[in-house]
Amino acid sequence: MSVSAETDFTAPAASKRRQRLFQFGMSVPGALATSILVLFALGVVLFLGFRTNDGSLLGGGVTFKNFSDALSDPLYATVILRSLAIAGFVTLATVATAYPVAFYLAFHAGRHRGLLLFVVTLPFWTSYLLRVFAWKVVLAYNGVLNSALLSAGITSEPILAFLNTPAAVVVTLAHAYAAFAILPIYVALENVPRSLIEAAEDLGARPFTVFRRVILPISMPGVMGAALVVFVPTVGDYVTPALVGGPSSTMIGSMIQAQFGKANDWPFGAALAVIVMLVILVVVLIARFADKHFGSRT
Amino acid sequence: MSAAPSKNATWLRIYIVAYVVFLYLPIAIIPIFSFNNSVQAAFPLSGFTFDWYRSLLDNENLHRAFETSLIVGLTAAFLATTIGVTVGYMEIAGGDRISRTISALARLPILIPGVIVGIALLILVNLAGLGPSRVAIVLGHTLVALPTAVVIMRSRFLALPKSFSEVAMDLGAHEWTTFRRIILPLAAPAIVSSFMLSFLTSFDEFIVAFFLSGTEQTLPLFVWGQLRFPKSLPSVMALGSVILLASIVIATAAELIRRRGAFADDLPVTAKGNLPIS
Repeated sequence: MSVSAETDFTAPAASKRRQRLFQFGMSVPGALATSILVLFALGVVLFLGFRTNDGSLLGGGVTFKNFSDALSDPLYATVILRSLAIAGFVTLATVATAYPVAFYLAFHAGRHRGLLLFVVTLPFWTSYLLRVFAWKVVLAYNGVLNSALLSAGITSEPILAFLNTPAAVVVTLAHAYAAFAILPIYVALENVPRSLIEAAEDLGARPFTVFRRVILPISMPGVMGAALVVFVPTVGDYVTPALVGGPSSTMIGSMIQAQFGKANDWPFGAALAVIVMLVILVVVLIARFADKHFGSRT
Repeated sequence: MSAAPSKNATWLRIYIVAYVVFLYLPIAIIPIFSFNNSVQAAFPLSGFTFDWYRSLLDNENLHRAFETSLIVGLTAAFLATTIGVTVGYMEIAGGDRISRTISALARLPILIPGVIVGIALLILVNLAGLGPSRVAIVLGHTLVALPTAVVIMRSRFLALPKSFSEVAMDLGAHEWTTFRRIILPLAAPAIVSSFMLSFLTSFDEFIVAFFLSGTEQTLPLFVWGQLRFPKSLPSVMALGSVILLASIVIATAAELIRRRGAFADDLPVTAKGNLPIS
């Protein structure tokens, strides 16, 4: 009797301790990785953005000059606006072309759904560099597209205007990130209550009205999520402009990369990075606001 | 919804076919011209050859780059998956504020452009005295693969019935025993899938590695270096075809393994849809 009473008394304390130890041990890897690689690393970029470039790793002296230079020099304003425009076009094109695919997957694909979903997301797992390189080969002056048009007799001489244009960057990026946009939209469409669609139809709404008034508003959070996952990597891209864009489509990512390479002005590059992160933050807040706004209707 | 709009569905089906063609045609260019016996990638195809593939066999730099990619990829995949398992489990099983914050932070890199991840880690490894190196690339790729790993693992843990671990605990198993003997085996397919996809993310990653590589190139960096020389483009296409094939095989295997282990028909591969915004 006394023994069991004793174990009843101590067991909870021991198991509590063990539980806390388990939770602590399980939290260590994630806590280390996120605090060092995410929080500290981003904090250092922010810090460096406010330093003067004296050749040392963390710069010397606190200054706002990097930010005022970046924001007052029309060159950087142009490049930032161009990056926003290119990323905006890419996002629009990607989301608009992905929506019908997601729609088909959610409502019409039937037993082929799993396979089709896999087929449209597979390119996402192939090398991004190779996908961009493929477009360079396609669009080149003596390239695949021009030679195909020539042999088909559609043009009599190669068209110069494909490569080294902002349009080439938009097409290449839209293709590279196409697979990103489908899944968030598909998930949102899957969650549209079928009863709502039937109710609208029973009340006499035509298919397009059902789509516009019921399906589209409910799927809006997915559209916002898709827009965000496409916008973020494209706005900071520097590989695509370098390979297919030419000098007229330099983006802010290329500028940042140059500060850490040839220009060797890390503090200024860090300030540019902070500006890009702020722009993304604004876009995220807008997306979140729109998400709440449209999401409240369900 | 199912009976009426058959005409619309036909148009939609045509669109889907066109979309898939647009998605795959530019990628298909690479293997097509890797067998063409001309340096110029243009139509009409001039003849069939294996020479470009043969040229890959005795390229020392390529072999070293492949070895680096393999080591970096396996290490980064191991780290990302380990962190993904613990973060995902703590968020789903514990659910306290700290665990949820860690999980949100671990998924945050989706919202950071690669160029900024690259420079942030470049500063970090220089502060740590490491400088650009294999270790630096491993850290970078762990961070890039982390969101995918966390999303795969948490959705798996979410799908596991809570009763399994409750039964084990009622029968006297401790947290660690329950985790090791019940949870991990049940999550094994997701773990394998997360490992493979993290490896693939690292294996194909260029933007971050560009900032973090010292003297040792990864495979994508080797490809980037070759792009400057028009003469080497056909060999790049041969190498590219091999890389594409490897990516497709690994991604397909990861998807099959993950599906075999899934309870309901939960979502396929692309984990990036799950955003930490709401």
